[in-house]
Amino acid sequence: MKISVQREDFDLSLETRNLSKSEGVGAVASFVGIVRDVRMTLEHYPGMTENALRKIAEDAAARWKVMDCTVIHRHGELAPHDQIVLVAVASAHRADAFAACEFIMDYLKTQAPFWKKEHRADGAAWVEAKASDDAAAGRWEPPARKAS
Amino acid sequence: MKVKVLFFASLREQLGTAGEEIELPAGVATVAALRGHLARRGGPWEGALAEKKNVRAAVNQDMAKPGAPIRAGDEIAFFPPVTGG
Repeated sequence: MKISVQREDFDLSLETRNLSKSEGVGAVASFVGIVRDVRMTLEHYPGMTENALRKIAEDAAARWKVMDCTVIHRHGELAPHDQIVLVAVASAHRADAFAACEFIMDYLKTQAPFWKKEHRADGAAWVEAKASDDAAAGRWEPPARKAS
Repeated sequence: MKVKVLFFASLREQLGTAGEEIELPAGVATVAALRGHLARRGGPWEGALAEKKNVRAAVNQDMAKPGAPIRAGDEIAFFPPVTGG
């Protein structure tokens, strides 16, 4: 499992190629988030952010057959068309890979401590959280926990 | 007891600080009590941390509910709902 919060850009094909090296892998599903139309600054909570992403990925691995996964989220200054986030999941079959990938993204949106500040022509403003994101994460309830 | 308090994003800007070490009076032993204690400083503190404001919290880097207990040496963070991804 690879979790990274970084300023630098990432390479989708490199990351998926690394995931496809797992023994018995038959599918890699990936999602890349892109900055839509406005320059932004992404703030995070060093330490907690990495822990939160790891916990979400572990929850996904407890629910589906996940062989390996990679979550990369950028912080700092980003411009339109920049990549923000990558989630990629390796599994034996596509159903597990698709579901785990979507689950990780939905929880990342509501649980991982990142905050976007948009820089528009008329000034800078913090982005408000969306109720639709809570609803998207809510449809996976109750979250599975690995038996310890 | 002494704890470390951190603020992020819009909250950090409203309060004009990223955090501080603070000595708490007896009886301030939960996340909600700490938030109330800080809000009573008045000015921007009252505005940013008022009960009607949607503020989330973490204790020792784990999301925490208002009733979560706090202990000496804890790191408590307050921040707005997250907007990553």
